[in-house]
Amino acid sequence: MSHEAALQNHEGHESHEHDGHHEHHDTFLTKYVFSQDHKMIAKQFLITGMVWAVLGGLMSVLFRLQLGYPDSSFPWLESILGKWAKGGQITPQAYYALVTTHGTVLVFFVLTAGLSGTFANFLIPLQIGARDMASPFMNMLSYWFFFTASIVMMSSLFVETGPFSGGWTAYPPLSALHDASPGSKTGMDLWIISMALFVVSSLLGGLNYIATILNMRTKGMSMTRLPLTIWALFFTAVLGVLSFPVLLSGLILLIFDRNFGTSFYLSDIYVNGVGALSNEGGSAILFQHLFWFLGHPEVYIILLPAMGMVSEIISVNSRKPIFGYMAMLGSLFSIAILAFLVWAHHMFVTGLNPFLGSVFVLLTLLIAIPSGIKVFNWLTTLWRGNIRFTPGMLFAIGFVSLFISGGLTGIWLGNAALDIYLHDSYFVVAHFHIVMGVASMFGMFAGVYHWFPKMYGRYLNNSLGYLHFWITIAGAYMIFWPMHYQGLAGMPRRYFDFSIWESFKQFADLNRFISTVAMIVFATQILFLINFFYSIFKGRKVTVLNPWESNTLEWTTPIRPGHGNWPGEIPEVHRWPYDYSKDGHDFIPQTTPVGEDESGTH
Amino acid sequence: MSLILSVVIIVFIYVVIFQITKASEYVSILKGEEASRQQNNKINGFLMITFLVLGFIGIYVCNKAYYGKTQLAQGAASIQGEKVDQMLFITLTVTGIVFVITQVLLFWFAYKYQEDKNRKAFFFAHSTKLELIWTAVPAIALTILVVFGLRNWFFFTSEAPKNAMVVEVTGKQFGWIFRYPGKDAVFGKKYYKNIDPATNSVGIVWDDTYSKDDILTEQTMYIVKGKPVKLILGSRDVIHDVGLTHFRLKMDAVPGIPTTMWFTPIYTTKEMREKTGNPNFVYEISCDQVCGNGHYSMKGIIEVVDQEEYDLWMVKQKPQYFTAFPEKDPTAVPVAAADTTAKVTTAKM
Repeated sequence: MSHEAALQNHEGHESHEHDGHHEHHDTFLTKYVFSQDHKMIAKQFLITGMVWAVLGGLMSVLFRLQLGYPDSSFPWLESILGKWAKGGQITPQAYYALVTTHGTVLVFFVLTAGLSGTFANFLIPLQIGARDMASPFMNMLSYWFFFTASIVMMSSLFVETGPFSGGWTAYPPLSALHDASPGSKTGMDLWIISMALFVVSSLLGGLNYIATILNMRTKGMSMTRLPLTIWALFFTAVLGVLSFPVLLSGLILLIFDRNFGTSFYLSDIYVNGVGALSNEGGSAILFQHLFWFLGHPEVYIILLPAMGMVSEIISVNSRKPIFGYMAMLGSLFSIAILAFLVWAHHMFVTGLNPFLGSVFVLLTLLIAIPSGIKVFNWLTTLWRGNIRFTPGMLFAIGFVSLFISGGLTGIWLGNAALDIYLHDSYFVVAHFHIVMGVASMFGMFAGVYHWFPKMYGRYLNNSLGYLHFWITIAGAYMIFWPMHYQGLAGMPRRYFDFSIWESFKQFADLNRFISTVAMIVFATQILFLINFFYSIFKGRKVTVLNPWESNTLEWTTPIRPGHGNWPGEIPEVHRWPYDYSKDGHDFIPQTTPVGEDESGTH
Repeated sequence: MSLILSVVIIVFIYVVIFQITKASEYVSILKGEEASRQQNNKINGFLMITFLVLGFIGIYVCNKAYYGKTQLAQGAASIQGEKVDQMLFITLTVTGIVFVITQVLLFWFAYKYQEDKNRKAFFFAHSTKLELIWTAVPAIALTILVVFGLRNWFFFTSEAPKNAMVVEVTGKQFGWIFRYPGKDAVFGKKYYKNIDPATNSVGIVWDDTYSKDDILTEQTMYIVKGKPVKLILGSRDVIHDVGLTHFRLKMDAVPGIPTTMWFTPIYTTKEMREKTGNPNFVYEISCDQVCGNGHYSMKGIIEVVDQEEYDLWMVKQKPQYFTAFPEKDPTAVPVAAADTTAKVTTAKM
């Protein structure tokens, strides 16, 4: 008997006796706060992520207000922001703080913790057939480290000198010198502490996900029978575990430079009003290497979970197997490998050795190949399907559309000879918002709409879901498509005001348009939140085990599974999860044994 | 008051939308799950194809409205820039074709294969041939783009031609300082601890004889049409970036690590004014790396002029040395100046 089976037997035995163990002595505190149930932790990640998404989105509304209406003043702004909006207009300091916090929060707190934190926690045990994570306690710690990081980041918003305002990439010397910018004082220390806590959270989570996927699959669940969601979450976790520590090391050196007089990143600096600093011999570029060694894999940490969920949702709702399972897996794998080999494409214009640059061009454009395979495979999955447009499916299709649009501009920017023109322009803003920001958001929405019935035992309101989707996708394109044109005009990103620039001031009307659409899209997300929280308590009840007629294991659990997921034995798996429309059967769950007259099995 | 009113209105809109969708949810329950699913599929399938069509119309409208405002319409102002533009168009063509094909397929499939009771989905899990095709075709297209790209990249980053003029550009919060090597064509040494914002903004080492004729200017840089110019970039405080939109180049200015870039301007500022039809046209240097609260206002001007005009301008410039030590300016106090110069030279030896 394998170790795995022994573990299951033991667990199964326990749950028989206690009827879904731990259920008895749960207090409010252990069930909803310091919960060790992966499903509850997933919800904690999701809702914390939502809070941050609202705050981060609100920040973007505020700075879009400035960009769209640079000459107007809004007295109500001063009433909420005080000195940061003197006379009803956001100050440059506040603008840069908003941009920076928006970036940090959306990238790390929403699209990393909120996305893979939520769905890795929720789906891994349920889809591989495990009762919980390998270490539920570490899993709980992972959330609470994230929560603490959130509190620290939040507190930096209320510091006298303001939150950090040097961009989410936090390049030194700007981030290292207290006197270079007010935001680089206490705000930056809090930013670093928050990020350090976040790295710990992500490591605790990631190690757990990897251990769980490798060791706790149910009987019959071989690695190649895993749903693609799990594969994607697995690679995500590996990327995080290998790259987040590098960011931490970079941040530790930064703390030393900031507070203890070292010169890792500092050399030959004269600060206005302070004079020449004594630091010599450091390299400001070193930080960029360390940062982007995380920063680029981070892009895939954000994207891969969305890709995995989209693959699953498209397959279920097309009533077709995902096309090219092994190719999908192979492309996930090669994306994960390449993610570590392309970081310097963010640094083409730092004075990088041109030969080194050319190597990174080659490796960067290589990513287009596995990405292309994924897109074509999704398209082929739709082809001759029998598509059900659930809101989850709509968002999955929207994801593919956005991933194509944003991915293709990556081919522009990955080519150093074009990047030398387009770098740090609005073209970049458009590119990464579409491919990483909005697309991953769509993946997340798809996941929430698809698994909400499993999370809460109720449905979300469909009509609101449709409304949410159509406004959001149309709005996303209306916001970010025209930004390509601004980028091709050379308009630099992170500018507070363009009116003094002869070369960039011709877009005032377009900026107003973009800002207006951004506000409408933000308002639409509030509609989603209303739908979400209303439906938790008042949504239509789920009455069948498997509402989407899906093959994966999570739909074999009770409608509202307790801690331990399955009341009895964990089901055994006999096939891959994508037997849709096979041999005349609409779907064949993974738990169904292979029939004698069945055609070739996976 | 108006604030409260607008909040009330917004809340009201939310409530209305919410009630309508809630009602439609009840209706669909009454209709039965099957029937309402069919209806939803129909509506969304139709919206898919509508979105595709409206999307392409939107792209056309957007292009019409804004293409003229981009740099592409204006044309590049350096030989490097012309190569960038050419490459932009090649890349646009390749990615544009892929974009149209994939988006059309995506939304068209979504529309065409919406659920139909009478059709069964086609079990199609794998095809090595297809997968090989869409690995190989993009690989070939990318190879072409990489070859084009790297050829240009190595040209852009190559050593500047021998006849290039050299200007040193130093970024500071929030402006640009330009240094010309003067008649000897060699820059004097600099050391950041010598920086004095009033008279020696880049920290020139005055003991160095090469420094005596170095010329410092701020705000505006003069370069010559048709003559390659090599910029040596540096920064006094944080990382800045010399963004030359019209020349299609940019390069970071990093404290402690000099970087370089070179290009050949092909139109004077005056010619560009005629070409663009904009009498206010100027070549602007924009800082493209966030550098603090004044980042958005960190502007420099480049005047591209003819050789004669440049020479006329250059003659009028006074070496910074004489600004730092007015008593040594031969035009002002000839005797004293000769005296101290001799002393400095001896000290250095």
